[in-house]
Amino acid sequence: MTSSLTQILERYHLERASLIPILQDIQEKDGYLSPSALAQLSEKLNISDNEIFGVATFYSQFRFHPPGENTIQVCLGTACHVRGGHQILGELEQRLGITAGQTTHDKKFDLQRVACLGCCALAPVVKVNGDIHAKMSTRKIPALLRKYQGERNPE
Amino acid sequence: MNSLQDNFTNAAKIWQQLQEGDLPVFYVGTATCGRAAGALEVKDRLQEYLKTKNIKAEVIEVGCLGPCFLEPLVIVQKDTTQRICYANVGPDQITEIIDKFILGSDPCSQWALGNMSSAVLEGVTEFQKHPLIKSQVRNVLHNCGLIDPENIDHYLAQKGYQGFLHALEIGPDETLSIVKSSGLRGRGGAGFPTWKKWDFCRLAPGDIKYLICNADEGDPGAFMNRSLIEGDPHALLEGMLIAAFTLGASHGYIYCRAEYPLALHRLDIAIKQMQNLDLLGENIRGSGFNFYLTIKKGAGAFVCGEETALIASIEGRRGMPRPRPPFPAVKGLWDQPTVIQNVETLANLPLILRNGAEWFANFGSSSSKGTKTFALAGKIKNTGLIEVPLGITLKEIIYDIGGGIPDDKSFKAVQTGGPSGGCIPAEKMDLTVDYESLNEAGSIMGSGGMIVLDEDTCVVDLAQYFLSFTQEESCGKCPPCRIGTRAMLSILKKITSGNGQLSDLDQLEQIASTVRDGSLCALGQTAPNPVLTTLRYFRREYEEHIENHQCPAFVCNSLIDYHIDPDRCAGCGACAKVCPVQAISGTRKKPHTIDPNTCIRCGMCLSTCPEVYAAVYRTSGSLTRYEPQRKKSSSPPSA
Repeated sequence: MTSSLTQILERYHLERASLIPILQDIQEKDGYLSPSALAQLSEKLNISDNEIFGVATFYSQFRFHPPGENTIQVCLGTACHVRGGHQILGELEQRLGITAGQTTHDKKFDLQRVACLGCCALAPVVKVNGDIHAKMSTRKIPALLRKYQGERNPE
Repeated sequence: MNSLQDNFTNAAKIWQQLQEGDLPVFYVGTATCGRAAGALEVKDRLQEYLKTKNIKAEVIEVGCLGPCFLEPLVIVQKDTTQRICYANVGPDQITEIIDKFILGSDPCSQWALGNMSSAVLEGVTEFQKHPLIKSQVRNVLHNCGLIDPENIDHYLAQKGYQGFLHALEIGPDETLSIVKSSGLRGRGGAGFPTWKKWDFCRLAPGDIKYLICNADEGDPGAFMNRSLIEGDPHALLEGMLIAAFTLGASHGYIYCRAEYPLALHRLDIAIKQMQNLDLLGENIRGSGFNFYLTIKKGAGAFVCGEETALIASIEGRRGMPRPRPPFPAVKGLWDQPTVIQNVETLANLPLILRNGAEWFANFGSSSSKGTKTFALAGKIKNTGLIEVPLGITLKEIIYDIGGGIPDDKSFKAVQTGGPSGGCIPAEKMDLTVDYESLNEAGSIMGSGGMIVLDEDTCVVDLAQYFLSFTQEESCGKCPPCRIGTRAMLSILKKITSGNGQLSDLDQLEQIASTVRDGSLCALGQTAPNPVLTTLRYFRREYEEHIENHQCPAFVCNSLIDYHIDPDRCAGCGACAKVCPVQAISGTRKKPHTIDPNTCIRCGMCLSTCPEVYAAVYRTSGSLTRYEPQRKKSSSPPSA
């Protein structure tokens, strides 16, 4: 068992109710849920890998592949939708050459769509590595990508 | 029983010192919306500048005052008589405010939103009289934007936790009867009487009872709970203590979205502060009442806003609902009686206990008591969080508080209740906002999302948007929801791509009623609402898509073509440069053309073409539209 997983498990009662918080902690630490982490967790919690995988895939927060250096989340909440969120997503897909849910070949960018970031009054918004960029437009995208091209994801 | 008297006295002293002390105070709004607008940069610059100028001052982070479109908001208190709220404050403005207002005598009225002191300030209107604020009644939000949410003394100084202490004094039965006579109904959407839910739970057999706060604000377009928790977390926590004490619940959970990191952070801090004051844990303040609280982070599943799915998620399972009855109040978390309440419902409790049931019932209409927060967004000038007495009309919200529609566009409809709600057209603007009226109009109160739509919003596209959301978020357990939402979505896609038939509309209505009547939980039961209400009020717009292959709002891409007017185009080439698919060709200084087969309808050419030429235009069926458009009146439609 890796030491990071041991550290995480120390904080919890090893019971079913702790499953989702533990998965969240693993993802926060590793960036994703690796097959080996899930296998080890299965042994510790005495829940089958299948069952754990079933729970993890139900929730959109969990990912099963290593993330890119920068995570771009395009908000597609209602306010962002009526203010052109889809065009922002389309432009990003076009420029990055990937579709939502994918990572660029150079592993620089992850592109995700999210249902609502709760910043509706400043719609449309895009969140990059935890920073929210308000009142986005397709014209602001090249500058946004340039800003993060050189940076690494701090998470 | 120790009554916290020393803490109250101390907190009052701290607050008074802040309000009436010698130092200037800067209250910087740093909720998520403020941060998105750059509030943290403003705060950094402020602190740096105070240092260089050698000015002693207090800088305090506060939550959101509501008008998000004016963020960053900073309240500057020069002394007891001069206290001004500034809007859209950037780093440069804040230094100028220090130079001119703090060091000089110019109140910088050009950036002032309102005067918050009792004294008259030349050129600055009273904050309370600002049209944005005037029609609002800020009860639940009364602390938001004014106190430091990470300082429990600030909360105590506003009579915080006195409601809970009062409940301890009068006991659970009396507390229940106060909540009953207040008329408080659930603020999560359905409007179930709060006391009744509690009564079911109290009467249900079971040794352990649970209280869950549903802070999984999943409706896209809603941010009331985020703002409230970020601005005044103790209001929610005190409400939980009151509810748990009345129910006899010893364990509580707050199920909060992971997408709200700041709210989660502030809850963590607030819970530690409660523990330090012996307001959580065993034998709280010697009363014999035990209450333990755990925060659960949601993992991104809209269906978990449904009570039984939320319970499954806390138990560590897939968040899928189960048939009711038995209701959670009888058999909930780990099969024990469980009450689940929305954030705003709980945050109302301290006020009711402190000010009395009558005070609460004074606000609102005959069947819908109290106030309600709404997240105002979409095509409206004054976007943000508002709180109004129930029974107010939609028109008052949209025109008086919201300031009407931007860019002189005309007002089309308002969408309430998120994916479970519906569209209410402009003609119905005199409708009063209460649980019953909204239901009658085919929508629901919902948790408080209110999205305003203008002439540029296509209702068929909006219905498709909501349905693709619910279809994606359907957990898949029951067939009416799983298959029905998919079938409805595919019909809508047919219509928005110009391949619909008139008979599709009847079929849409038929499937909608099956989904509504046959689904297991509220997600499916309410999923057809956006489709049904738009069909009811905007059937003609659906027919336009089907019969004439045109989208009157110019939204549905498959029905739109982009063109360049050769008489207007000067051949500057700006559009060709930005076109991501090289669909635009032409020689310099000669009119350009767009190849419709290559064009992906991204609209970049339209937004890039210089306003002096405005040569790019769109067609949809027989309709043609140039931008910028003719100006239209934005005054409210006459009744």
